[in-house]
Amino acid sequence: MVEKEKLTIVLFSGDLDHALSAFMIATTGASMGMDVTMFFTFWGLNVIRKNEGKIRSKGLMRKMLNMMNRGGSKRLKLSKFHMFGLGTWMMKKLMKELNMPSVDELIKMAQEMGVKLIPCTNTCGIMGISEDTLRGGIGSAAGAAFFLNEARQSKVTLFI
Amino acid sequence: MKSDQSLDCVGLYCPMPIVKTAAKIKELKVGEVLEVVADDKGIKLDMPAWCQTTGHECLGMEEKGGEIRVFVRKKHD
Repeated sequence: MVEKEKLTIVLFSGDLDHALSAFMIATTGASMGMDVTMFFTFWGLNVIRKNEGKIRSKGLMRKMLNMMNRGGSKRLKLSKFHMFGLGTWMMKKLMKELNMPSVDELIKMAQEMGVKLIPCTNTCGIMGISEDTLRGGIGSAAGAAFFLNEARQSKVTLFI
Repeated sequence: MKSDQSLDCVGLYCPMPIVKTAAKIKELKVGEVLEVVADDKGIKLDMPAWCQTTGHECLGMEEKGGEIRVFVRKKHD
């Protein structure tokens, strides 16, 4: 068979709507027979952080940051109309009514389909996010060179 | 149009019909036809695009009462 086309997505945003778009494109790409890699950096890291577990970062500043910025696919907020949770709650409810998968379900689907999820080593360091506070099945952290090498070989590269 | 297997995607929105089609097509033998039934209009453009990328053949569509039936012939494993 011919070599698979590559799709590389950078998820920079930790907003619910951005994450949804990214994972919809990723799962569709995998369904289209593409080799999909997703990089998670800055707020995008929140999407692949565990929903449960304690804050374990070292140092006061990182502890404070992670208290305000817990992360986890179930804690994501809408980029617009979050309205102290009301807007996000309503959006999730509407999506459920239409049988649309949640971000959490999309992540699981993506992983089952072989989408590679790679955290950015740099932002993990800044934010004090250790690999054991990320969800299971995540690849080892990588840097910009790894991303660029993937992007260089990709037919499609997206920054979300 | 005749099909060997059918996939019910009624009530599902993008990207689920495509994701399910990709999984289902693995169950068919080369040359067999899969019928996908959906009610999200996106499938009218999405399925031909999926076929173009994956190399399977989009044989055609039938639309009746809000339901869209798309027929896909499996061209390779």
